[in-house]
Parts: sequence; structure tokens; C-alpha cells
Amino acid sequence: MSINYDERIPNNVGLSADRRLQRALENWQPKFLEWWNQMGPSGFQTADVYLRTATSVDAKGWATFDYLKMPEYRWGIFLAEPVADRKIGFGEQRGEPVWQEVPGEHRGVLRRLIVTQGDTEPASVEQQRHLGRTCPSLYDLRNLFQVNVEEGRHLWAMVYLLQAYFGRDGREEAEALLERRSGSADNPRILGAFNERTPDWLSFFMFTHFTDRDGKFQLASLAESGFDPLSRTCRFMLTEEAHHLFVGETGIGRIIARSCQLMREHRTDRIGDYGGIDLAIIQKYLNFHFSVSLDLFGSELSTNAANYFSTGLKGRFKESERNDDHRLTESTHRVLRAHAGAIIESEEPALTALNESLRDAYIADCWRALVRWNKNIEDSGIDFRLTLPHRGFRRAIGEFKGLYVTPEGLPVSETEWRAREGQWLPTPAEREFIGFLMTPVLQPGKFASWIAPPPRGINHQPIEMDYVRELPTK
Amino acid sequence: MIDFRTEPARYRHWKMTFAGQVAVLAMDVDENRGLAEGYELKLNSYDLGVDIELYDATQRLRFEHPEVRSVILCSAKERIFCAGANIKMLGLASHPFKVNFCKFTNETRNSIEDATRNSGQFYMTAIGGPCAGGGYELALATEYIMMADDGSTSVSLPEVALLAVLPGTGGLTRLVDKRGVRRDLADFFCTTEEGVKGKRAVDWRLVDEVVPRTQLTETANQKALHFAANSNRPANATGIILTPLRRTVDDRTITYDHLKIELDRDRACVTLLIQGPAEAVKSPTALGCDFWPLAIARELDDAILHLRFNEEALRTWVFRTEGDSALVASYDAFLSANAEDWLVREIILYLKRTLKRVDVSARSIFALLEPGSCFAGSLLELALAADRAYMLRGVRDGDEAPPACIVLSDLNFGRLPMCNGLSRLESRFLHEPDKYRNLRARLGEQIDAETAQALGLIGFAPDDLDWDDEVRLAIEERAAFSGDALTGMEASLRFGGPETIESKIFARLSAWQNWIFQRPNAVGEKGALKLYGTGRRPEFDPRRV
Repeated sequence: MSINYDERIPNNVGLSADRRLQRALENWQPKFLEWWNQMGPSGFQTADVYLRTATSVDAKGWATFDYLKMPEYRWGIFLAEPVADRKIGFGEQRGEPVWQEVPGEHRGVLRRLIVTQGDTEPASVEQQRHLGRTCPSLYDLRNLFQVNVEEGRHLWAMVYLLQAYFGRDGREEAEALLERRSGSADNPRILGAFNERTPDWLSFFMFTHFTDRDGKFQLASLAESGFDPLSRTCRFMLTEEAHHLFVGETGIGRIIARSCQLMREHRTDRIGDYGGIDLAIIQKYLNFHFSVSLDLFGSELSTNAANYFSTGLKGRFKESERNDDHRLTESTHRVLRAHAGAIIESEEPALTALNESLRDAYIADCWRALVRWNKNIEDSGIDFRLTLPHRGFRRAIGEFKGLYVTPEGLPVSETEWRAREGQWLPTPAEREFIGFLMTPVLQPGKFASWIAPPPRGINHQPIEMDYVRELPTK
Repeated sequence: MIDFRTEPARYRHWKMTFAGQVAVLAMDVDENRGLAEGYELKLNSYDLGVDIELYDATQRLRFEHPEVRSVILCSAKERIFCAGANIKMLGLASHPFKVNFCKFTNETRNSIEDATRNSGQFYMTAIGGPCAGGGYELALATEYIMMADDGSTSVSLPEVALLAVLPGTGGLTRLVDKRGVRRDLADFFCTTEEGVKGKRAVDWRLVDEVVPRTQLTETANQKALHFAANSNRPANATGIILTPLRRTVDDRTITYDHLKIELDRDRACVTLLIQGPAEAVKSPTALGCDFWPLAIARELDDAILHLRFNEEALRTWVFRTEGDSALVASYDAFLSANAEDWLVREIILYLKRTLKRVDVSARSIFALLEPGSCFAGSLLELALAADRAYMLRGVRDGDEAPPACIVLSDLNFGRLPMCNGLSRLESRFLHEPDKYRNLRARLGEQIDAETAQALGLIGFAPDDLDWDDEVRLAIEERAAFSGDALTGMEASLRFGGPETIESKIFARLSAWQNWIFQRPNAVGEKGALKLYGTGRRPEFDPRRV
């Protein structure tokens, strides 16, 4: 029996001519579908969703919109077009040709990088699987599912690398990606943030804004890699990741807009009674998700990060646009460190401080979005500004682990911190209130009380379109 | 000065808890309390200070807790078991310190094995979180390894791949010799930085069992109780307390209750004078730490460690004794007669381990058997451990003391084996088994210098006229040789006969490791150990030697 692979699995990696890869994927795909049906969006597997499917990497194939059932989505394998004569751009082998095969000495490390990145993709699908039942609109429901199927495709992208380049170990790791479960005590996902719960849509928007943004920076660093297939894979994933960030940023922006509207209408900043979310609660959720996401960058000073860079496996954000020697053996980087209970500035070797320099870029990016939100609050004539907490606030990894730092960046005693925790982070009562607001809105063009409609629909369609059809009747 | 004396109330890195027959030793390294400046003990990595506490804990478990039949080693930290020896600490340490550190950690791991095999105290490990290098080697010293199967917990020996050195505490040897890991799989494992996890670790015999993470503690406890059932430790005995060791140290002397040490910095030598018991045997249960053989074991143990680490330049150790041979022999007889008693058994085992410390010390060891000395049985072992023993024939002019004699006791015939598994006597007469067998007939006899020399128990028996000169020459000559050459020579000559895991660790592994520790691939400007943590890649000499 001949299968038309290119039809079933859209790709630009020559799948129909690669028997080894076919065999691996034939084995893996049924397990993936089983995982999707078991751990994917709960209750909506038979709904028709207005989804975008990538069928090629050019502009024409990038945006193919149609209604389809999620389990029938054609998860494809796409790499960005190769750059002719590409050279390693950093590290000790800078200037040498990039690798098309995995160098033996880097095999273990590369595999770990890919597995760690790959593990986050199914994790977020698992974290978000129950959100469909409480969607604020069909538009948002569709966006959730689009994000989910694309996280699924990113998993495919990473699994492709594992199966095409890492032999038996790669195949085993690909299976393990489907066996771990977000939040499981026995077989958790690799990174902490991906074992947290995403119980409501405010958390979801925060997650896609802050946590997926870490993904953007990790992918951008891996896109610099001297291992060309990884670089090309990540470059294509970045285009999709941008949509996830769009969902997060506009989602939070629309909640803020609605809150401002209710505050003006009712002349109060306590808008819970009117079905809105107080800006103060939004700030607390932001504090929570920002601090969790900062941990994803790892320890401020990391030998691993230094090794990834020196060996040409993982570069810096926008490596090629930087004006330095791209080797960093002589340079330093300013790092905030915890010393005897205080926070001090310290010049550290740039190589070992790479996680921190990536975190710096991330924080700067987060500020940009924050400025846009604050501008909208200001334009509404409301005297409130959102802010990002200090990078030392509520950290579980690195220098600030075990240090109790306020959002303003002041180290305090654990007792004092615990006493004031409720001012900075969502209290159980606030979480319960947000949960209480989460009632599904399924009529086309209608939106929940706590979120404003978007300025426009998807793919030039009206906002009122039924973006999800054949809803479960319950 | 490094002090090896500690007690649980002062531990900074371990938490010891008791639940009936099971004790839990949880590693919880305080990263800011390293023994020296310049490194942080992150991820439960260890330095000498961590291991001093571990050693103290194992000793107390033996003597103070007869009720404990199983010991679970684990980590008190959430996501890490142990990252092994702290690399930065090794990078900052002098070569002699590194070697001494490895030796001591090895002796501690061997003592853990000894507890399982001979004390009815079964050690097992419960691993929840990455377990790398020395962390896995610690687990290998226990008899049963249980590991969480959670996708992130693995065992590894990353030294070759990461640092261009060897796992330093017996990992390689124990893989193939103790656990029976096939050599090709072991080769793969020892060159794989990230190690092996889950079912494969069981299939390859790297661990004994994997369990779901949430069941690790409970399953480990059940297993510990299961192993406890086979123990022959007494059900309702009372332990004895290891009270703080009395010791005074100044620049020229170290004084314990029964051991007087003189430091001769001019001749680079140390004289250790052991005083025999002052009174007839009484029950150790009542006397506790003051029971003479136990007191001697403790004092010698502490003295050896102190001299190794704090007196590196004093290259020759001279053992002397004074006291009543017959009284020493009567203590030995008591120990042999009650060897089945848990406490007596522990005391004999402690003597055995302490004498092994002497055997593997990188010092020239001499024994001087003079009039008034008491080299009987257990103390005679020091003379048998020595590279050379001199026994004065007859008496000194005008000396009241009785002439030197040797007394053999039952303890000389296998109860105090060396690391090669043989008694010192058997090792001595490796190719003259008849001579060794015939010595049994002389148990308890007072053997004078001439007879001792004829029997081969002693190499040199000068008389009063030659004694001072010969002994002086021997010590002065020794101080003039290269210590490196002496170390290699003595280590080669001391351990005739078969190999065991222990002897391989102290001979083969240590020699290779100490060679590798000197080579540019590890410690050159571009060596792996030098560059570790900087992110720069090491450069290796392409030639294999």
C-alpha cells in the first residue's frame, strides 16, 4: 500500500523519499493522535474549527484557512528555506560551515536542547485542555485551538529533528515526549512553568504572553545554531510563535480595555460586581506569570549556557546583529546577584552570563508590551499603571532562589514577604472570583463581560463569524 | 587545620532520622558552608566537610544504634540527589589535598560496604533527582539502588566526558566488579555525560529498581524493612555513645589518652607511641569509649587522618608501643571469645578499618620494637603493616625494661584483613604457606627478637650497640628519597597476593587518577579541569600515552 505522505503530512523535507523517516513517523503518528485525543482540547474534538494550516513555507501556503476537525488537522513538517553557504556565526568554530549532520561530540547536548524545547509544546496543550469549556467568545475559542494545533505542529517539528538525526535515542525521546504529563507527580514535564495549572482565560492570556515569549527567545537563540536543520526548524516556528504572542498580548489588552470601560461607566476601580476584572488583579496575575517565566531562562551564571555558545549550538538573541567578536572569551556582562541577603551588581564573564543576557532581552520585550497597555489605560483617563516586578521577585531558580524579594526589588524577611504576599499575588479568593467569571459565551459575535471584542476578525472575516461550528451539545 | 571530629548536633550537610530499625541519612548540603573559601556547594555537591560528616554518621550508626538494621541514603533536596564532588573545590585544591580527599572519601564508601557485609546494617539508596559522578559512586557503595522513574532522574558518571578525569571513588570498578555491568555497556555509560535513566538503567544493572516518583519514599521504606529482617543485630541492646575525643595539639606534639605523637620536623618524621592497657579487661558495654581497644582505634583513626591532611611534609611514621604484652593479649583473647557480640564485633571491625588506613597511607611506615614494648596481637599488626620493623635484640645497657617480645593472638590470623582480603601475616608469607600455618602453634608465646627474625616476623634485629645508628640511618635515608617514588614502591610491595574491589581502588584507580590529575589534558592551561565552568572548550593532546 502506498501512502501519499506529502498529502497526509505537508512537508518540505523530502518525506516521500526518506524511508527511515517514514518508518519512524508511521510508528509515532498513531501515538501522537492517541495523545491528542486523550490530552488535547477536552470536549471539542468533533467541532469544526476555522483553522489555518501551513502547507508550504511560502506566503501562499503559509495561510490556508478552512473549517476542520482538530484530530484531522494536517500537522506538517516545515523548515525555513536554507541559506546558501551559511557559516557558524559564533563560538569557537565561528566562520566554519554549518553542520548538516549532528557532530558526534555534540549529540547528547543537542538532543537535550531539542527535547527540552520539544517538551514545552505538548505541555501547554495539556495545560490548556479544559479552557474550551469556559471560552469568552467563539473568536477566542478558535484562537485557543489555533495555538493548540500549532503547539502540536511544533512538537512535530522537534520530533522530526529527533527522528531524522538522532537514531534510536531520538526515537525513544520522541515517544517520551508523549508520555510525560503536565503537572504529573510521577512523570512531569521537564520545566517548572509547564507543570503549573492554566485554570482560566486570564491565566491563558498571561501564559501565552509571558511564557510563550520565553519560547520566542529560546527559539530565536536556537535559530542561530550551527546545526542547520535546527536553525531552519526554529526559524519557521518563530513565525507561528508570533501569532501566539499576538493572542496573549491582545487578549490582555482587550481585558484591560474592558476594565477601563467599566471603571469609567461605574466610576469605580472595583468592577467585580459589574463582571469585570480589577486592574489590581491583572497586576497580580502578571506578577505571577512573569516570575514563573523568568525562571525558564535558567541560572544567571551557567556553565551549560556557556558551553552551548562556545560549541556553536545555541547563540544569542539576534546574534548576527550584534557588534562584538561573537566569541565572548574576553567580555563581561553585568549581572544582578544575591550576596549575603542583599542584591548586588557584579561584572561576570559574558560566556557564563548568557542566560542572563537572554533574560535581559526578554524583559525589555515585556516592557514594550507593557508600555502599549499603559498607554491605553492613560488614554482612558485612568490613573493606574501596570508594571513588571523586579527580576528577583518570587524566583525558584538561580541567584534569587531562597531570597525573599518584593516586586520593587527589596529583599525582606520570609515572614514579612509571606505577610504581604496577598498584595502581590492572586489570593485564593481572587482566583475563585476569576473562576466564577469564566462562563462560556458561544453565540457568534458575543463576548464575555470581562473582555472587549477585538478590532477585527480572523483572515478578513467578520467578528461575528461562527469560528467554531458543530459545538458539543451539553 | 582540618578537624575530623564532629557530632550530629554540628552537622551542616546531613539530616539523620530514625524510625525503629530504619535510619535515613538525607543529604542536604548547605552550599554556603564549604570547608574552604572560593566555591559554593550547589546541587548537593560535596567537599571534604560533607564527607567528614558522612563518615561520622556511619560510625555513630554502628556504635550508637544497635537497633538500626537498614540505612537509606537519599537527598533532602527536591530535584537533585547529588552532583558529586564539587569541581570548583577540586580546581582550587592542591594536588596532595585532592589525593587525600579522594582517599578519605573512598575509605568512607568502603566503610559503608563493610557495614552492610559485616555489621548487619544494610545500606541502600533512594534516588529522586539527577545523581552524577561521586553521587552515583556513593550509591554504588550501597547494596541496593532504587531510583525514581520520572524522566529527569538519571545516574551518570560524566567525569571522562566533562572533565577529562576518572570517577574518583570506585565507580568504574564497582560497575563491572560489584554490579556486573557488562563492560561494553559500562563503556557507553561512562562516556555519556547525561547518563542513563528509567528501565534501561535497570536492564543495564546500573540500578536495582525504578519506581514512580510519588512512591519512592514509601517503597524505599518497605524495602529497607525487608532487608532489615535478615540482620543479626540485637533487638534490645543499648548503644554506646561516641563521646568527644580528647586531644591536645601543639607544634611538636599531639596527645591523646593512649597515644602520644611527636613531630620531628627536622627529620620529617612522626613518632606514634601507643600505650598498652593499664588494667585488666572489663566489659566494653559498661566502659563504652574508654574500653582500651576501642579507644585506641578511635585515637589512631583520628591521628592518621590528621597527619595525612595537616602534616603533609612529615613523610615517615614510626610506630612504637609501651606496656604489658600479656595484658594486650588478654584484651585480644576477650575480643576473639566474644566476637559474636554486636559491640565486640564493631570494635574488631573498627580496628580492621583503622589498620587499613595505615596500609594505604602514602607515608613510609616503620615500627620499632624495643624493650618494654607491647607488640602483641592487634598492636603487632602495626609492625606487620610497616615497610620495615626493627626489633632490639636483648636489652639496652642499664635498662630495667624487659626485652622486646612479640606475641601472636587469634586476631593476627584473619580477623583484621588488609584490603586485598588477606591477613598481614598471610600476605607476608604468600609463597611460604607452611611458615604461615606453623605460626598458629605459637599463639600466646613470648617470641624474642632472634626467634622472630628466624620465623620471618621481623626483618632486622640489631643489638644495643648497633640499634641507634641503624634506626637513625634508616629514617634519614628515607627522608632523602623522592616521596613519589617511595609512594609507588611501597604501594607495590605492601599488597602482595589477590586483588579485590578495594585494592583495585587504592592501587589501580588511584594511580591512574593521580597520573591523569597531573596531565595537561586535565590541568594544563587548556585542560578540561582548568576550563570547566568557563564555557571554553578544552584542547587535548592528540597523542595517546
